[in-house]
Amino acid sequence: MSVQAITAINESATRRRASVMAALVVLVVLLVLLSLGIGPVRLSPLTVIDALFGGGSDVQQVIVREIRLPRTILGFAIGAMLGLSGAALQGLLRNPLASPSLFGAPQSAAFGAVLVIALGLADVRSYALPVAAIAMAFASVFVLLTIAGRNAGLLILILAGLAISSLAGAATALVMNLSSNPFVVLEIAFWLLGSLEDRSFHHVMLALPFIVAGAMILLRQRNAFRALSLGEETAQSLGVDVGWLRLTVIIGVALGVGGAVAVSGTIGFIGLVAPHLMRPLIGHDPARLLVPSALTGAALLLAADIAVRIIPSTSDIKVGVLTSIIGVPFFLYLIMRERRALGGGAA
Amino acid sequence: MIETALLTAQDLSVTLGGRAVLINVSLSLSSRHLVVLVGPNGAGKTTLLRALAGLVPSGGAIRVGGDALSSLPLRERARRFAYLPQGHVVHWPLPARDIVALGRYPHGATDPARLTAGDTEAVLRAMQATDVVDFSERLVTELSGGERSRVALARVLAVEAPVILADEPTASLDPRHQIDVMKNLRAAADKSALVIVVTHDLGLAARFADTVLVLSEGRLVSQGKPAEALSEQVMADVFRISAYRAEYQREAVIVPWAGIR
Repeated sequence: MSVQAITAINESATRRRASVMAALVVLVVLLVLLSLGIGPVRLSPLTVIDALFGGGSDVQQVIVREIRLPRTILGFAIGAMLGLSGAALQGLLRNPLASPSLFGAPQSAAFGAVLVIALGLADVRSYALPVAAIAMAFASVFVLLTIAGRNAGLLILILAGLAISSLAGAATALVMNLSSNPFVVLEIAFWLLGSLEDRSFHHVMLALPFIVAGAMILLRQRNAFRALSLGEETAQSLGVDVGWLRLTVIIGVALGVGGAVAVSGTIGFIGLVAPHLMRPLIGHDPARLLVPSALTGAALLLAADIAVRIIPSTSDIKVGVLTSIIGVPFFLYLIMRERRALGGGAA
Repeated sequence: MIETALLTAQDLSVTLGGRAVLINVSLSLSSRHLVVLVGPNGAGKTTLLRALAGLVPSGGAIRVGGDALSSLPLRERARRFAYLPQGHVVHWPLPARDIVALGRYPHGATDPARLTAGDTEAVLRAMQATDVVDFSERLVTELSGGERSRVALARVLAVEAPVILADEPTASLDPRHQIDVMKNLRAAADKSALVIVVTHDLGLAARFADTVLVLSEGRLVSQGKPAEALSEQVMADVFRISAYRAEYQREAVIVPWAGIR
């Protein structure tokens, strides 16, 4: 037996992961071009590229660079952050049903933002909004992981997540209920549905710093997730500070999801779906799933945001509604697959 | 013991949930020894292993290789103690090789796809020692219980730590695999390590141990060579059993025989 016996297979697995990554990058680039080209005025990919770099007519430039580019950047960044958060939470909890939306993080972040608007503390364009959203997202994930304890099963996580998202939803409803200004209520309601419409570079500046910071925090921890595959105690014995890891993951998810929700409203289930789409292609290694899941999340949200512009309807369909309508049946399918674990082994 | 001790504990005490699990345990253990830790259920065996590795907070002083455990950063502790927990849990279906490569994590090899030549050799040595090279690319979830336990053992050997702590490594294995596991640990001890094994199998303890430690209700009540540490008196007082005792191929044979009222 030689060293080659254990390194050769490793190389073939690396090659396969690289080709999956390349395919994902191509897909995302195509979706970005499509997203820049589709709307009331349809532009071909070549026109889009031309306008992006200062060519084409003035109208085309305005459409691509000022109307559709911010929307596309947000679609990419928020989708990527949701996919990454889902993969990171699944890695941290060694649990395929973990995701920000099932833990009530976006719902809680939305409540934080709604509270700021309703109390008139700040207008919709200030940094108070993402800060409040991040604070509430942090609180929700922190409470959930505290309730779940060190080795929570699927059932406890899902029940606690359900309770937290219900509470955040109820609190948001209460704020809207008590708000006396009907215009504020209308604005909050539309924005809670989750949408990327009419977003400007101001929104990009509002969300992007937090999303980038959250993503970097999560990516830095990637190898610790692999050690966690052996359980928290063994990971600790290998030199992983598990308590610190939990805290940094909560902070990373809260920064990213809070920042995203502050400009897009709640967009659910991308974090749950993205890692599952990647496992058959990349394998189950939680460290290797992070970046592909982020790219898949970006592709999903970009595609959903293109779809709401194409689907004919009397009024605009919100992208958050679409992702939930696709995501919930997928969640039910996962529950069916995990029936054994959920039913305590009886199924 | 004449040689200087590798691992010492002075008045080690652990309280979990208000209950004293370990009470003033003091011990002094040297490298190149296989130490077997026995005791009835709830005696504190697992807690003692965890406390020695610094995985649970404890009172008292632990020194390893001349340094106070509390003064060592997490990474350095991980290089000195290789810990094999009960049950060999792996939460995701990863290839066996990647599991073994996690043994190099304390040495900075956090990514199994990017091992240095030295790390690769350590992984290979460990996989050869437990004979798992043939299924290095198979997913651990597809392996049999015996194969999985060998992979888990390879992961621990790959750390190449001066102290190996193994918690019931032979539980739920067939007799042949139990002997294989103990032989592997014996070989690691013969090479250089201090190996501490928790087991309920007094027969294996007698057969493979240099030193047996007997824990009862959180206290260290007996220690020494197997036949001495597991004397008739200790068997009666601690385990409440009588045992068949003999010698075979110059090793002690102890077979639990009957309960004592």
